[in-house]
Amino acid sequence: MNATWSRFNIISIVLGFAFLYLPIVLLVVFSFNESKLVTVWGGFSTKWYVSLFHNRGLMDATWVTARVGVISASVATVLGTLAALTLTRYTRFRGRLLFSGMVFAPLVMPEVITGLSLLLLFVAVGLDRGFLTVTLAHTTLTMCFVAVVVQSRLITFDRSLEEAAMDLGAPPVKTFFQITLPVIMPAIVSGWMLAFTLSLDDLVIASFTSGPGATTLPMKIYSQVRLGVTPEINAACTILIAVVAVGVIIASLANKRREVQRQRDEQAAQRG
Amino acid sequence: MKSLGSIRRDFAPWNDPNAKPYIQFDNVTKKFGEFTAVNNLSLTIFEREFFALLGASGCGKSTLLRMLAGFEEPTAGRILLDGQDLRGIPPYRRPVNMMFQSYALFPHMTVENNIAFGLKQEGMAKADIDKRVAEMLKLVKLEQFAKRKPHQLSGGQRQRVALARSVAKRPKVLLLDEPLGALDKKLREETQFELMDLQQNLGLTFVVVTHDQEEAMTMADRIAIIDKGEVMQVATPAEVYEAPGSRFVAGFVGNVNMFDGKIAAGEAGSASIDAGNGITIRTENAGSAAAGTSVTFAIRPEKIKVSSTKPAGAVNAIEGEVYDIAYLGDMTVYHVRLDDGQVVRASTMNAARLTEDPLTWNDRAWVSFRPDAGVVLTR
Repeated sequence: MNATWSRFNIISIVLGFAFLYLPIVLLVVFSFNESKLVTVWGGFSTKWYVSLFHNRGLMDATWVTARVGVISASVATVLGTLAALTLTRYTRFRGRLLFSGMVFAPLVMPEVITGLSLLLLFVAVGLDRGFLTVTLAHTTLTMCFVAVVVQSRLITFDRSLEEAAMDLGAPPVKTFFQITLPVIMPAIVSGWMLAFTLSLDDLVIASFTSGPGATTLPMKIYSQVRLGVTPEINAACTILIAVVAVGVIIASLANKRREVQRQRDEQAAQRG
Repeated sequence: MKSLGSIRRDFAPWNDPNAKPYIQFDNVTKKFGEFTAVNNLSLTIFEREFFALLGASGCGKSTLLRMLAGFEEPTAGRILLDGQDLRGIPPYRRPVNMMFQSYALFPHMTVENNIAFGLKQEGMAKADIDKRVAEMLKLVKLEQFAKRKPHQLSGGQRQRVALARSVAKRPKVLLLDEPLGALDKKLREETQFELMDLQQNLGLTFVVVTHDQEEAMTMADRIAIIDKGEVMQVATPAEVYEAPGSRFVAGFVGNVNMFDGKIAAGEAGSASIDAGNGITIRTENAGSAAAGTSVTFAIRPEKIKVSSTKPAGAVNAIEGEVYDIAYLGDMTVYHVRLDDGQVVRASTMNAARLTEDPLTWNDRAWVSFRPDAGVVLTR
């Protein structure tokens, strides 16, 4: 590796990071702004964080988002895992190609179309728009992502593990719960996290399928911004960023520790 | 009385017409779509036998093992274990256990939980399970590794865990799919003897699949040589080596020199073979081949002597030129090109440190062998 810091390297790194993080830094800085005017610096203050927690609307929206996220991600994880299992295990059933295409279509489908079609469906069956419909819509959206993640794990899964379990006397159902599920669990967990994050992010589909009393956080933020950006919104976004950043840091630290531990184990094993 | 090979076998139920077969493949055929993996194959294995299925990859030997374990059902024919037809019995109800080529250790369980897995399925009492697991760990010398996970073990240790797990349930038959394939050469040789001792001590029937002829020769009581889904020969290692039934078997197991020719004259087993180019081979092992039959004379390299002069009184001696020499320490391998162009391989044990009659490249030399040293093959 070339370790010299040429001028070109420095400039490209600075530009790259600025491009990625400048907007976020601005947002964070202005969340601590004393002034009510978003773009004018009036001194350091944390008062917007205090007022944020007294903002009933934003707090309600956060609670709705969290519940929608947890429920839809959980249902999507079950359905997505089942779909992935079917697609990798039963490779010779009629219409498999069609089914796999259909499972993955929402990955590339414009969200507007997904949202609109779900809205039409809910209207057609007479389902009142609200918490239930957003949750259903998010389940539909995120299920295919879970299926992709779990399927990629299952493709590399050593089937002889299951054969060994059956050979040792475990019937198929027991084999699934005692061997298959624990082994693919990391993929299922990351599928769940992906689904939860997607649900947390979503504005378009939620706008189509949500109703009164079930406003999600992104919807709330968006509607408030249309009335003008307040430092309160900046504060809310800063908290979101902090939560996500802490999550990512913990995940990567845990990963790193596991990796180091594994290497140490393997070296120990080599020594006998 | 003289016998084939250097081992006298007292355990030989296959020679006893009253012995009851333990595992029977009866005209078994297995097709995968259009591909025939096993073709109308019949095979008998006896209790407490160490039986090897030997063949190149894709010959159908693993399919045989998987049918015995219950992962595949035969397309036609039946498989009997101790008199019971195995058709329709799922793998988790068969009294056989398998050791997998990849070991298939459960990555999320410790060594002791891996070994205990099969016992738990049986509903064995906790105390008995603990006792049996400890016994197994002792058997494979892994007592201090009980709490480790598979990824914390070396390749040889994983292999032993897999072995312990598969014998923990005391199966009637242990199936081993390339059990030593992932080990390095030295460890493999040690483990071969360990496996043989284990089989003796536990008194189990072992069926091992391997592509390594040396492994099969070392461990097995009998070897079935499989090619294209069919059995070419079932015999003891010594018979397979010293009395191969066909050109395929002779060429597959070990090194061999083959001379194609016709029986010129013969009576009651001994005959002379006209191998063309003025070469006549006298043999005592012609069997019932009649004069005029096209045959192949096969002889192993270590049964051929190489010398610079024609040995006095030799029945079979052919002249040629030393073409290549490989000194391997324990033995020396000579390639001698006969005057008709055929290259004969001969190997000599270096039983003494000093050689009376050293040869070098391009020397004129004689290859000679006794009339009972080779075999005559008609297939």
